[in-house]
Amino acid sequence: MSVTASALADRIAVEAGALVRSTPHQMGSSQPEAARAQTERVLVGTGRNPNVGAVLLVALGTEAIDADDIADRIAGTGKPVETIAIRDAGGTEATIDEGTKIARSLVDSIEELERETADASELIVGVECGGSDATSGIAANPAVGNACDRLVEAGGTATFSETPEFIGAEHILADRCPDDETRKRLLERVDTREGMAQLMGVDLRLAQPSPGNKDGGLTTIEEKSLGAISKGGTTPVRGIVDYGEPLPAGGGLVLMDTPGYDVESVVGKVAGGAQVVVFTTGRGSTTGNPIAPVIKVTGNPKTWGRLSSNIDCNASTVISGESLEDVGQRLFEDVLDVASGRRTEAERRRLEEFAINEIQPAELVELRGESP
Amino acid sequence: MKGVVIDDKALLMAENDTVATALDDLEAGTELPVDTDARSDDSATGETGGASSRVVVLEEAIEFGHKIALADIEAGEKIYKYGEVIGVATADVPAGAWVHTHNCASTRGRVDREADDATALGAGGDPR
Repeated sequence: MSVTASALADRIAVEAGALVRSTPHQMGSSQPEAARAQTERVLVGTGRNPNVGAVLLVALGTEAIDADDIADRIAGTGKPVETIAIRDAGGTEATIDEGTKIARSLVDSIEELERETADASELIVGVECGGSDATSGIAANPAVGNACDRLVEAGGTATFSETPEFIGAEHILADRCPDDETRKRLLERVDTREGMAQLMGVDLRLAQPSPGNKDGGLTTIEEKSLGAISKGGTTPVRGIVDYGEPLPAGGGLVLMDTPGYDVESVVGKVAGGAQVVVFTTGRGSTTGNPIAPVIKVTGNPKTWGRLSSNIDCNASTVISGESLEDVGQRLFEDVLDVASGRRTEAERRRLEEFAINEIQPAELVELRGESP
Repeated sequence: MKGVVIDDKALLMAENDTVATALDDLEAGTELPVDTDARSDDSATGETGGASSRVVVLEEAIEFGHKIALADIEAGEKIYKYGEVIGVATADVPAGAWVHTHNCASTRGRVDREADDATALGAGGDPR
């Protein structure tokens, strides 16, 4: 629930056994309203994610966010939810002891749940890119896009995000919106994100593309964006939701309006209900997520050579001649296998990065439509 | 892979692109045979008779993933990849030159808000 409680949540997760994960973060203590609502939405969405069987909320007890309210909103799914507050439990040691007991009993309470077969149409798959280079837009992203097209064809939901990385390619996405309302909303979100950088006196070119992107051959945000959007495939853009907002099942391709930080962006989509994440990287990113398996894909043959132990799918074969359709089919099968329980390289290595996006003061001003 | 591979060395993503992407670490002097038909579609000369092709010679070494100018690009001209605008030239770029932050700049998200005046960045390109 807060930075104070996060350290104990980590300890409890370690003590309570192999099935327990913590989602430590820096938010929640005292944030302006819009920022607090976003933190709440992410905490609730993370708890409600279908990958989660039961939830223990760990609080200090003085947070602006009410643990009982979060618990109620998660319990609406029917899964068991408990809370513990450090101040009520009697301090650090007592909280770890008591929290560990509660977490173990929650694990026991869901142990008899049996795996059921589900159709691909019930899948919500988040796609992400991080550490992009020129191969991302040539190989890995279009291959993942092909897998997204297959998922949408099968009736599922694919989602990608990072609105700053639509800049320069938004006209292509806008053309794929089925109606004016979605198109207008999408273009407004891109304008807002482009304006935020300017509002903070930051020239977007300082941050985008990143120095690593530039080393990898990407010169401008337009070039990066044109490569980035190909990871969503070619189907109509059905909608755009807020950071961490619930994603519709059976929704086709839906965008999420998030900042361009990959860990926060993945967390937003998992809070939105994504059960599996497909993450492309040219330069070599190893990040995972505590709640959803992250399938790592690279289109860079050198990165595959160096980091294959951290990467699940080699899409650099696209450059040497394998068709995008074949790699897309392989990836779609990987998604189904991972949804069925196959562990990813990030899971094997317990790479479980978690961070909630904090709405910055200048962004709050922009959200309220005021001038600074 | 989308696009056309030029001699196993570079990738042209779309017909009207003015840059190609190096598919290997290419040395200065590397020759890329470029089919110019695509760019002369609207030519009124009505020349027929198939591929008119020319050779672009690399002015400098260009790393894997980086971009090569396929034609002379004047300062201020738009630069195309994926069939879309990726920025404008901030200096004259001869065919065969490396295209990157030193001679190509974004037109978006700029504090100066002057999308058409990329030269505001100066010849350095990268504002760091």
